[in-house]
Amino acid sequence: MEMSPKRGANILIWAVLLTMPYWINWIGGYTSLGSRVMVLALAAMSLNFLLGFTGVLSFGHAAYFGLGVYGMGLTIKYLVPSTVAGTAVGVVAGAAAAAVIGLLIVRLRGIYFAMATIAFGQVFYFIAYRWNTVTGGDDGLSGWHRQPIDLGFAAWDILGSDRAFYYWVLVCFAGATGIMAALLHSPFGRTLLAIRENERRARFLGIPVDRHIWLSWMISCFFVSLAGTLYALLNNFADPHDLRWDQSGDFVIMAVLGGMRAFWGPLIGAAIFVVLQDYVSSQTQNWMSFIGLFFVLVVVFFPRGVLGILHRPSSR
Amino acid sequence: MSLLQVESVSRHFGSLVAVENVSMSVEVGELRAVIGPNGAGKTTFFNLISGFLTPTSGRIVFGGEDITNLLPARRVWRGISRTFQLTEVFPELSVQQNLRIAVEIAAGYRLRPWLSRREDAAVSIRATDLCNKGGLANVETRLVGELSHGDQRATEIMMALALNPRLLLLDEPTAGMGDQETYNITRLIRQLHRDQKLTIVLIEHDMRVVFHLADRIMVLAEGRMLAEGTPREIAANERVQAAYLGQA
Repeated sequence: MEMSPKRGANILIWAVLLTMPYWINWIGGYTSLGSRVMVLALAAMSLNFLLGFTGVLSFGHAAYFGLGVYGMGLTIKYLVPSTVAGTAVGVVAGAAAAAVIGLLIVRLRGIYFAMATIAFGQVFYFIAYRWNTVTGGDDGLSGWHRQPIDLGFAAWDILGSDRAFYYWVLVCFAGATGIMAALLHSPFGRTLLAIRENERRARFLGIPVDRHIWLSWMISCFFVSLAGTLYALLNNFADPHDLRWDQSGDFVIMAVLGGMRAFWGPLIGAAIFVVLQDYVSSQTQNWMSFIGLFFVLVVVFFPRGVLGILHRPSSR
Repeated sequence: MSLLQVESVSRHFGSLVAVENVSMSVEVGELRAVIGPNGAGKTTFFNLISGFLTPTSGRIVFGGEDITNLLPARRVWRGISRTFQLTEVFPELSVQQNLRIAVEIAAGYRLRPWLSRREDAAVSIRATDLCNKGGLANVETRLVGELSHGDQRATEIMMALALNPRLLLLDEPTAGMGDQETYNITRLIRQLHRDQKLTIVLIEHDMRVVFHLADRIMVLAEGRMLAEGTPREIAANERVQAAYLGQA
């Protein structure tokens, strides 16, 4: 059977992700760095479902990411010491907030939509920042840690082993990206591409555009909350900055850096972002300047992002 | 039986009167042309029918139902589909994908997260069929944004047709086209009208096209209806000649 380049790239990416904990130390990394790349990649890919494949820019995704983070932390700390319960609470909290806010802003377009997402996002940041007694305020929520997952016949010790935790992240990542990829290849996904390409034409083909944008927003926010729950587990900590608008900006940077028209673009963007951050921040405090410079260079010379160099708009 | 009845609609933009008290009744299977000098309100009139704008006053009835205030998408669901003066397509998708999206929506799949093999095959067959009918077979896999103006137009018309409309609105289908492209599009419209008995209303500047295709012609000038009749009657109408044909 002949193999298409796309299929080859998919196999390569999954092979790398599946085996990473076994060789990452050899190239100067460590297992939780790999987990971190995947968690942030999931967040950026979720954002990109909306940005790259529906054509709608959100600058407030950190809010739903952060709701996932705090949903996890608060659940394990105060309710039940269970990773699975924390995941459920985090994702439901993120999705519920997104559902309501989405209804309020879905009629806005372009920069107005982006500004509204920031405004609503900051509300959650200030709640986490101010509500000291519950959220720990500026100090963040500590005094809890991830819990082994009970599989019935055995426990999956994601607490004791970084490698085990890596594979928990990989399972969530694979499920989420698998669903998003399948949706993008469905009739529903194609209506989103239609909206991105030409909203007027989409409307006059009979697509209720606002409703479809709301659905895309929901899918996007749902998976970014899932990424948030994983981020909480990774750090064993919830930081109010995870909710702040500059965190949203990081997700946008990752998506644009990697290439927002390519499905795997944000994964590449997140990898570059996290590795650069890890390496440069050990050399200098001003690591963000280097990321910024790199970002500017990419945007100027490769406006379609790193994967955009390889990836011409598909004419399948 | 009349499919579309426009009852003395007006549309004002502030103090500007774009369309004033225009009525029109289109029969099933009719091909109606709307002509008039630039700024006569033709496109505004179209926008009122397709729901891009709602009228300041008046009523629009389609298939016996009052659609005056329905949203565009709901009018599409009832069978009105349209093309635009400036071609509106999905430029970074292929011709096949453009048509596929339209076919899937027509089949009621717009919210479906998957298709069965059989459904998928049926969609592909229909999209390919539309491609061939629109003379697009040789550019099927190309991105629409890379095609010639004429082929983009043809793609847009075939997308509108993919919805199985009861009424097709074409806003200047041959605008900006060379002779060969104009001929191809005219032939396509004629086929749709003759063979499929499709009801069509079109705005057109090219008088050869209008007089070749139309069953009846309505003339607009300065937002008002100047005349209405068969091509022969319109050609002989002195007011039309004075206001429009002579001037053009």
